[in-house]
Amino acid sequence: MRWMDGLFGKRKREKELEEEVRSHLKLSAQERVERGVDEGEATSAARREFGNVELVKETTRDAWGWGFLDRLAQDLRFGLRMIVKSPGFAAVAILTLALGIGANTVLFSVVNAVLLNPLPYPDPDQLVTLAESKPNFDSGSISFPNFRDWRKDNRTFSMMGISRSYSYSLTGRGEAEQVDAEFVSSDYLTLLGVKPVIGRLFEEGEDEIGASPIVLIGEGFWNRKFGAARDISGQGLTLDGRTFTIVGVVPASFKLQVGSFRASDVYAPIGQWTNPLLPNRAAGLGFHGVGRLRPSVTIQQARADMKRVTGALTAAYPDADTGIGATLMPLKEQMVGHVRPLLLVLLAAVGFVLLIACVNVANLLMARSTGRTREFAVRAALGADRARIVRQLLTESTVLALAGGGLGLFLAASGTEVALRNLPSALPRANEIGLDFRVLLFTMAVSLLCGILFGLVPALRISRPNLQETLKEGGRGSGGGKHRAQGVFVVAEMALALVLLIAAGLMIRSLSALWSVNPGFDSHNVLSFGVALAPSPKDTSPDAIRAKLREVQSRLASTPGVKAASLSWGALPLAGDDEDLFYLEGQPKPASANDMSWAISYVVQEDYLKVMGIPLQRGRFLAAQDNERSPHVIVIDDFFARKFFGDQDPVGKRVILDNKGGVAEIVGVVGHVKQWGLDSDDKQSLRAQLYFPFMQLPDAAMEPSSWSGTGVLVRFEGNAQAVAAAIRSGLRQMSGEQVMYGVQTMEDVIAETLATRRVSMIVLGVFAALALGLASIGIYGVISYLVGQRTHEIGVRIALGAKQSDVIGLVLREGMKMTAIGVVLGLITAAGLTRLMANLLFGVSATDPLTFAGVAVVLTLVATTACYVPARRAMRVDPIVALRYE
Amino acid sequence: MGEKTVGEKRERYQNRIEILQGTLDLLILQTLQWGPQHGYGISVAIRNRSGELLQVDTGSLYPALHRLEKQKWIKAEWRISENKQRAKFYQLTAAGKKQLTRERSKWSQLSDAIAGVLQPEE
Repeated sequence: MRWMDGLFGKRKREKELEEEVRSHLKLSAQERVERGVDEGEATSAARREFGNVELVKETTRDAWGWGFLDRLAQDLRFGLRMIVKSPGFAAVAILTLALGIGANTVLFSVVNAVLLNPLPYPDPDQLVTLAESKPNFDSGSISFPNFRDWRKDNRTFSMMGISRSYSYSLTGRGEAEQVDAEFVSSDYLTLLGVKPVIGRLFEEGEDEIGASPIVLIGEGFWNRKFGAARDISGQGLTLDGRTFTIVGVVPASFKLQVGSFRASDVYAPIGQWTNPLLPNRAAGLGFHGVGRLRPSVTIQQARADMKRVTGALTAAYPDADTGIGATLMPLKEQMVGHVRPLLLVLLAAVGFVLLIACVNVANLLMARSTGRTREFAVRAALGADRARIVRQLLTESTVLALAGGGLGLFLAASGTEVALRNLPSALPRANEIGLDFRVLLFTMAVSLLCGILFGLVPALRISRPNLQETLKEGGRGSGGGKHRAQGVFVVAEMALALVLLIAAGLMIRSLSALWSVNPGFDSHNVLSFGVALAPSPKDTSPDAIRAKLREVQSRLASTPGVKAASLSWGALPLAGDDEDLFYLEGQPKPASANDMSWAISYVVQEDYLKVMGIPLQRGRFLAAQDNERSPHVIVIDDFFARKFFGDQDPVGKRVILDNKGGVAEIVGVVGHVKQWGLDSDDKQSLRAQLYFPFMQLPDAAMEPSSWSGTGVLVRFEGNAQAVAAAIRSGLRQMSGEQVMYGVQTMEDVIAETLATRRVSMIVLGVFAALALGLASIGIYGVISYLVGQRTHEIGVRIALGAKQSDVIGLVLREGMKMTAIGVVLGLITAAGLTRLMANLLFGVSATDPLTFAGVAVVLTLVATTACYVPARRAMRVDPIVALRYE
Repeated sequence: MGEKTVGEKRERYQNRIEILQGTLDLLILQTLQWGPQHGYGISVAIRNRSGELLQVDTGSLYPALHRLEKQKWIKAEWRISENKQRAKFYQLTAAGKKQLTRERSKWSQLSDAIAGVLQPEE
């Protein structure tokens, strides 16, 4: 305690006292010397007269009283002694608090990293995302020519970049593989503040079409493929059969994920994309942008500026740019905005759990305080004032809370990792989550707050003892006030637990509603993957490519375990979309692309229907003879049929497809597939779907340079992994440079779209279960305590002839009264709060009566069970023992 | 040995009057009214002014001084005494002066009351 002494001057006072005593002795001796006493004799006489020096000092010290920190130290010692003295109670209290505080710490560290911390880029507030808005769509992709004009004409951005993800076939470095790549404009990485590990980033003009082929590689890829060789700059890399020169290495710490952009193995300048549509101003091609605003430019100013820029482009290129604008959004908002409601709901839920934990510990303290009423009455009688006693009790509860907080922090540190592994991969910024200073501060503050929260009520209650009553009563009970407080605690716990249970219940109902939604296809036993053809075929004619693709398909179809297979390009249900522009035959040709209709476009083969289990409603599906030499045909879905043909039979009608070779005849109608997700498909405006024969893709699309692979869907039987392995080895037998990638089952695809909801359901479920458990323990504890208090009364009742059922009823009534009030309050609170989670729900209203009623019943049953145990104990009270006990 | 100690003690206190609980504060405050004084000086002053009858025990004097200081009735200061000794001098504060007045009137009431009780009935 030395440091404390120094802190409030106790040591200084000690020294002064020492000196004061010494000066007394000297003065006294000196006077004797002046009277003629011999010096030695004078000194000892003075000492004799003074008396016991140490005793005098000791009694003087007492007069100083206790300083604040002194008292704190004393209280702390006392608090610790109390914990050691009742280890059972302390263990339960600390563990309860540790669970509550730990769960809060975990969730807060997520909220802190995802929502609160600034993005890990220089001047993150200047970063915005950019998209091209179209008449019906806010965040469309930006065409390369438009982007170049935006970059040139704007006055509010210091830098602007766009990107698009791609998958390259890497050959010539070990086994052939697909690598994740991003096409980026020259400023893209610079504006995000990326500092290359080695070499340089792209420079102005290097993203132009026709510039020399260069790439940047990621640090992980550099380690894996080049053993982190320092002389990497200038080395070659063969991607899609072309040689690129490596100019630099992007650090592994760069982990941006926004829109479709992912930090990747390879970054190539946009101009290196061999897509023939790249110079087309009307072709979006999936480019999305980020920009850095000039210092002190607001996003509103930038929006106005971009409105000017896009307006000028519309005037200059009416064909391509009519109705085009720019959509700007702060980068952070774009990255994390969608998870904010979910995280806040979970944070509120975990806060409720902590409240329940606090109430439970308060309850424990309260029950324990019975034994201490006498202790405090004695203290008060001996002169301790009320503030002093309250302070001491609060110190005790704070010691408990801090111990709980410390343990909670430990649980959180290990729990965060587990939680992160189970969080949806879709959670943005997950890699930034960890315990930092702010999280520690939060935990500390929460712990202290808890200590005060659950300590205050019992402290105020015990510290107001009726001295005479308590001392006279011999420590038995202390009036009804305390029982009332405990009743209030139980009511609060019941209400809080009910709110959590309802939230969890609503999530469960939403999820089960979603699972029972028919996606329009049979997702069981369907495997989706990509196949990259060998990058440098000898014959690159479209016919040779088609032959190769046919070979792949038949190879797949004959693989053991595969029942049907179809190549698939364009849209994939629930995973990726692709659209075609069209107009109906008989209508005048629309003046511009903007006046045509959109349909989701699936480019597939004849077995697609068999693979996906989509029902055929009219006519026929695509057939093997619908090939490059036969007239174009399409199959449409029933939504398309209703929207464009009403009651007419669409079979035999013809549509003109804008960029898939013109006129095509509709040969059949199939069921609608929920392309946009199980929950939101109905709300989308673009829902018409068409199926186009894979082999009828125009020759231009069969250039090996315009795409490097194709999607495949197969229906299989047996084990998905075994089938995937069989397919992989079959493809490799065809060509060592042929790669299978991105394997997943369609069930996984669906599950992924539900991941956010599933995680919130699980987390809410865990919290609710925890709350239910704590609340049950709470009501059990209080009822047991009340039974204990009333043993005497119950004994008398039994002695006077009360039946066992009367006694049980008596006890249960007590518990039921508290439960009922809690349930009513909880229902009211829940009705107010569940509205906040409305956007997480599906197919169930935020005040779903069934959930509310069901949960209320469950909680009541659990509470009754918790009361029943002590009630039975009351029933078995032996009147003789109970009466003699007094 | 033990007996001797007891005997010595008895002899030492034979001619002295123990100071009543509560009156020590009054005596200290009164002593300091004549000017700042250190602990030893206060005990000497009380002894002298009481005709050697009142002996202030240091075990009572110092706690009382520190208590009075804490109550801000007196304040302390380190000074050099007449005989060149560094000593802690105590001094009455304004609040101390008021307290002295209160204590004095309480004391005179008490002594009047006791005198009244002790007066032989007539």
